[in-house]
Amino acid sequence: MNSLIMKRLLLVISLSLPLLLQASESVHLERAPINSSDQASLQRGAKTFVNYCLNCHSAAYMRYNRLSEIGLNDTQIKDSLLFAGEKIGETMKVAIQPTDAKVWFGVAPPDLSVVARARGVDWLYGYLRGFYRDSSRPSGWNNTVFPNVGMPHVLWQLQGQQVLKPGLHSDVAQPALRLEKPGLLSPKEYDATIADLVNYLAFMAEPGKQQHQKLGLIVLLFLSLLFVLAYYLKKEFWKDVH
Amino acid sequence: MQKHLVNLLAWVDERFPLTSNWKAHLSEYYAPKNFNFWYYFGSLAMLVLVLQIVTGIFLAMHYKPDAALAFASVEYIMRDVSWGWLIRYMHSTGASMFFIVVYLHMFRGMIYGSYRSPRELIWLFGVGIFLCLMGEAFFGYLLPWGQMSYWGAQVIINLFTTIPFIGPDVSEWLRGDYVVSDATLNRFFAFHVIALPLVLLGLVAAHIIALHEVGSNNPDGVEIKKNKDPVTHIPLDGIPFHPYYTVKDIVGVSVFLIVFSAIIFFAPEMGGYFLEANNFIPADPLKTPAHIAPVWYFTPYYSILRAVPPIFNSQFPGVAAMGLSVMVFALMPWLDRSPVKSIRYRSVTYKLWLSLFVVSFVILGYLGTVPSNVWGTFDAATSVVGGADRATIVARIFTVAYFAFFVFMPWYTKNEKTKLVPERVTG
Repeated sequence: MNSLIMKRLLLVISLSLPLLLQASESVHLERAPINSSDQASLQRGAKTFVNYCLNCHSAAYMRYNRLSEIGLNDTQIKDSLLFAGEKIGETMKVAIQPTDAKVWFGVAPPDLSVVARARGVDWLYGYLRGFYRDSSRPSGWNNTVFPNVGMPHVLWQLQGQQVLKPGLHSDVAQPALRLEKPGLLSPKEYDATIADLVNYLAFMAEPGKQQHQKLGLIVLLFLSLLFVLAYYLKKEFWKDVH
Repeated sequence: MQKHLVNLLAWVDERFPLTSNWKAHLSEYYAPKNFNFWYYFGSLAMLVLVLQIVTGIFLAMHYKPDAALAFASVEYIMRDVSWGWLIRYMHSTGASMFFIVVYLHMFRGMIYGSYRSPRELIWLFGVGIFLCLMGEAFFGYLLPWGQMSYWGAQVIINLFTTIPFIGPDVSEWLRGDYVVSDATLNRFFAFHVIALPLVLLGLVAAHIIALHEVGSNNPDGVEIKKNKDPVTHIPLDGIPFHPYYTVKDIVGVSVFLIVFSAIIFFAPEMGGYFLEANNFIPADPLKTPAHIAPVWYFTPYYSILRAVPPIFNSQFPGVAAMGLSVMVFALMPWLDRSPVKSIRYRSVTYKLWLSLFVVSFVILGYLGTVPSNVWGTFDAATSVVGGADRATIVARIFTVAYFAFFVFMPWYTKNEKTKLVPERVTG
């Protein structure tokens, strides 16, 4: 009887866990098609990040030499990613003054070191594909995922110009947009570029995550052995109790 | 060599009660032989306490309690300090695991009547530990200086503003400023790393000393000291804590560490429940997050706070109810009048009441993590609840149920139809 009650209580608790772990989402976001072990994708993403984002946005907790974890050696980092005489052990800082930026954009561009952990990769993937032309905005751009965003569409030359389909509210996700003027990349290529960039942002938010997980497997293996050992030790000691 | 060690031990024993303490608390402390699954969580709570203290010391070596530097110093620990990420994840995961372990430990006490005479003081020290732990979690949560840290602290300190007459002054005194600021961060750091840990350690010592004075309860709620061997005076159903329960606890520790490590290495954020996404945005006093929710272990009480409607335009009743929902555990030894301790011999009525309490706790806990409009609102034409948030009404019902469990306890336990308690422990 007693153990039955325990089991029922545990059942109630375990059944309510999925409820607890369900995150509420206001805007429907597409799943970002990223693969954190695809080094080529991460390297392309790093290149896009350094070329397009790292002019206004800093990544002040990210050191350039940690890019070695996505398969770049020091010479490659120096030759293709360091443009302004930075040293390889430095963090990704920018020259823009936050006070100037606030005047220009209405808000200082946030540091992007951990943005993937704050916003989530799906949000970023939707956001970077969600810019559309809006003449009512000071920058001429608006965004479906981040309405009235301060940032203009920096990647517009790649994507081209999207417009909202008439009759739809701006808070509906992707399908409401139509590509009016094509950019340098096809929609498919642009989505792949954004996926690479988001993949890189996720890496940058927690470099070393892959190594943590590898280490984690070893730790779990060790603990499992410890458990087996401890279990039989207990059994041996308790022989004379029962 | 052996002879030298024996001599050394004798030398120490003449000056310090080493052997006698070892015997009193370990090798000749007789614990009931029928401890089950629920009895792992006491020693696990000790383990997590030690882990939190040790990892906390290493974090304090690199952390900067300064509003301008705190957020960056946490990222510095995560990226540049050798093994800093592991220490930090152990500490952040440890906080949540501490509450999981302590909640299960408290639940054990509730189902087997471990708070009943003669163990009231053990229970009271335990409630003190629980309060202290909540303080530790609250003060520590401000330190990463993210948006949730900042606004969570702001909300909780503002609760004190609702106290009639002295409220505004009290909250200003706690913050040390008109808003949560550098001054607040510095004092919270002091409370988190020294003031509360000292109190916590003192209470844990008192908890264990009191336990070893009266002896452990067990799943049958039978006093093992009533049946002693006439010659040795050792309880017949008792076994020495060491080695029997030390080897048994190692099994529990290995299972715990497997779960703990799986979280640390593979899911340190635990889907946003252990580390919240908003806390990866640095604190901004000018930008209030759309939805402020406390960490999961506070959410049942937070739900109660939100559920109680204001009276005479004062939010104080909600704050008082929240405080009461935590403090009420301390009254349990005097509310429960059942002739038996363990749930094994209690009535169906009691089991239903306890289940109601558990269900209330879990539902309130869930509702505390989501905005109160999560289930929409009742149609305006509905009688009584028209226009109200559905979740708020549900939270009100379960708040009443939560308190009813305690308030009616003296009555539903007094004339309980109990089963016959055996003379000796079973199994």
